Amino acid sequence: MNALLNTSLTGNDMLFLLKGAAGTLALTAIAVIAGSLIGVVLGVVRAERGWLLDRVLGGLCDVLRSVPLLIQLILFNSFVSLIGFPLSAFASGAIVLSLYMAVNCAELVKAGIASVPRMTRWASRSLGMTYACDLRYIVLPIGLRTVFPSWVGLSLAIMKDSALVSVLGFFELLKSSQTLITRTQEPLLLLLIVGAFYFALSFPIARLAARFERSTLR
Amino acid sequence: MIDIRAVQKSFGSLEVLKGIDITVQKGEVLSIIGASGSGKSTLLYCINGLQPIQGGSIHVDGIDVHAKSTNIDALRQKLGMVFQQWNCFPHLTVLENVALAPRVVLRKSKAEAQDLAARQLERVGLASKLNNYPSELSGGQQQRVAIARGLAMQPSYMLFDEVTSALDPELVGEVLDTMRMLAEDGMTMICVTHEIGFARDVSDRVAFFSQGIVEEIGPPEQVINAPEKERTRAFLNKVL
Amino acid sequence: MDIFSGWIPQFHMNYVFQWRAVWASLPHLLEGTLVTLEITVLSMMLGVAFAIALAMGRMRTTGVWYHIATAWVEIARNTPALFQVYMAFFGLGAFGIYLSPYTAVLAAVAFNNAGYLAETLRGGFKAVPDTQMSAARSLGMSGLQAHRYVVLPQVLRIVFLPMTNQMVWAMLTTSLGMVVGLKELAGVTQLEQSRTFRTFEFFLAAAAIYFLMAKAILYSARLVAWRSMKRGA
Repeated sequence: MNALLNTSLTGNDMLFLLKGAAGTLALTAIAVIAGSLIGVVLGVVRAERGWLLDRVLGGLCDVLRSVPLLIQLILFNSFVSLIGFPLSAFASGAIVLSLYMAVNCAELVKAGIASVPRMTRWASRSLGMTYACDLRYIVLPIGLRTVFPSWVGLSLAIMKDSALVSVLGFFELLKSSQTLITRTQEPLLLLLIVGAFYFALSFPIARLAARFERSTLR
Repeated sequence: MIDIRAVQKSFGSLEVLKGIDITVQKGEVLSIIGASGSGKSTLLYCINGLQPIQGGSIHVDGIDVHAKSTNIDALRQKLGMVFQQWNCFPHLTVLENVALAPRVVLRKSKAEAQDLAARQLERVGLASKLNNYPSELSGGQQQRVAIARGLAMQPSYMLFDEVTSALDPELVGEVLDTMRMLAEDGMTMICVTHEIGFARDVSDRVAFFSQGIVEEIGPPEQVINAPEKERTRAFLNKVL
Repeated sequence: MDIFSGWIPQFHMNYVFQWRAVWASLPHLLEGTLVTLEITVLSMMLGVAFAIALAMGRMRTTGVWYHIATAWVEIARNTPALFQVYMAFFGLGAFGIYLSPYTAVLAAVAFNNAGYLAETLRGGFKAVPDTQMSAARSLGMSGLQAHRYVVLPQVLRIVFLPMTNQMVWAMLTTSLGMVVGLKELAGVTQLEQSRTFRTFEFFLAAAAIYFLMAKAILYSARLVAWRSMKRGA
């Protein structure tokens, strides 16, 4: 293979990249799961708990979506060192990404809840179901299903944004490739490998979600 | 008994109900007829607390519907409601639609709830559709699912809000037949309806609403066949 | 990070905020902001131009154009922006193309914009019913006239909000210039903080400026929308 591609990349290097890829996936998984859980709660609170709370929380969410993730990562990392509570690059990255996911997820959840027709909710309340039962058995199952494709898109975006955690020094995939590039001076090949990895994960999942969306247009 | 006293209801500055006094006894079938916008449906939503009222009171079996201390969820178990647009839960099968509330509200076991649901669905003639989704059924069938869903809670009273208005003409009959059967079984019913024939044949009393008040109320022989008030006559002439 | 000794974590604030350094560097920060805005606007213009071509390519269902356009769109949407910046800055070197940090960031953001906007435009066109076209043609309008007076205004109305969001995104993404040494806002912030060691203050200031810029873009867009769409829904 070396002769064919005329590269100085070794098996060890590929392992190194793989470790980076695992880091990317770990960050993504944590951010998506934690962010979604927080996001659902946040979205429900914003949709159901009065307009004042919605506005206040909305303002906070707005800030997190109007500042570049890069800046947020650096700012958060320096802040936690400041207060004497330094975190690893991975931890900082995971927290910031989770919050970013949560904030965007909350928007989706809010929209999903709003998409459930008022009459359907009246029907369930008329049966004597409490507000909580209505939310749990009717509103959330229907609303979350509606925004599922967007949620997939959001998760994929988080995976791509995980590359930014490299500026904090965390060895996710892109940073690992940078290390190899400085040694081998073969930027194109390594970047293509890295690009292929992201593409191979993102493209099929995005396509599946689009197909799911079309098929549930009952 | 449902006791409606001097009920007033406004949406902002628009007064929809201007003082309604009606008492519905157990076992009675009351039909409410009238033009659109006369407040008929709104009254039903006030009875089960979906809409607040600005004046008067509504008591169901002695409990004030709109009192802050009332447990409205518990009260709604006694009041079954069927809507114009049936509002079946799209993400559940027919059986699950009917079994959900008994399971979640009445705390029945899954088996018990499904058994109860199956019996109600058989009662309305949908025993063969238990595992279908509402989107696979016709409007008339979905409406009957909604009726079964309300019945599964074993309510004391059933409220019907123009349940045939959104149906194609050929599907109206099956729903009316179901309602007729319920009336014969002794269910207390308040039906807001445009089906004057149904109102005449099945009701014990008919109330004619006009512009937010009860213009005329009495047995169908009187209100429909020989109305006393001019407005009632005018309305019936238009629709019959 | 010892969070288990003691019930309450101990926060050590051995840090005095020094905002004067930020104030003194304000001119530099504003210079960087200008670069950011410049790239944002240029990348949007380029992005829209290419997006139109890509959308047209995507609306056919076969042919070379379709495949090229699809490849562009899918690569832009399925790879990280940072990766695209690296490709523009480092990757193209293998082909003998050495872009300056400015050009590299501009190219990458424009590439990305084009990809996303192509789909937005395509969706916008699909959302206008064919019956509108039929109605216009049956009134005697030529295809071009029908598009100009009937279809395009409706498409613009639909895509305006997504395009605004894309512009905000582009502006935020220029911050990646920091990684390749470009002196846009983030890059300048990085330089200043490495000189003064006031990481937190400088990046907080940068965050505030980005926030204000994002708001400015959104409000200007709302103004434009309100002014131009007053007549007719």
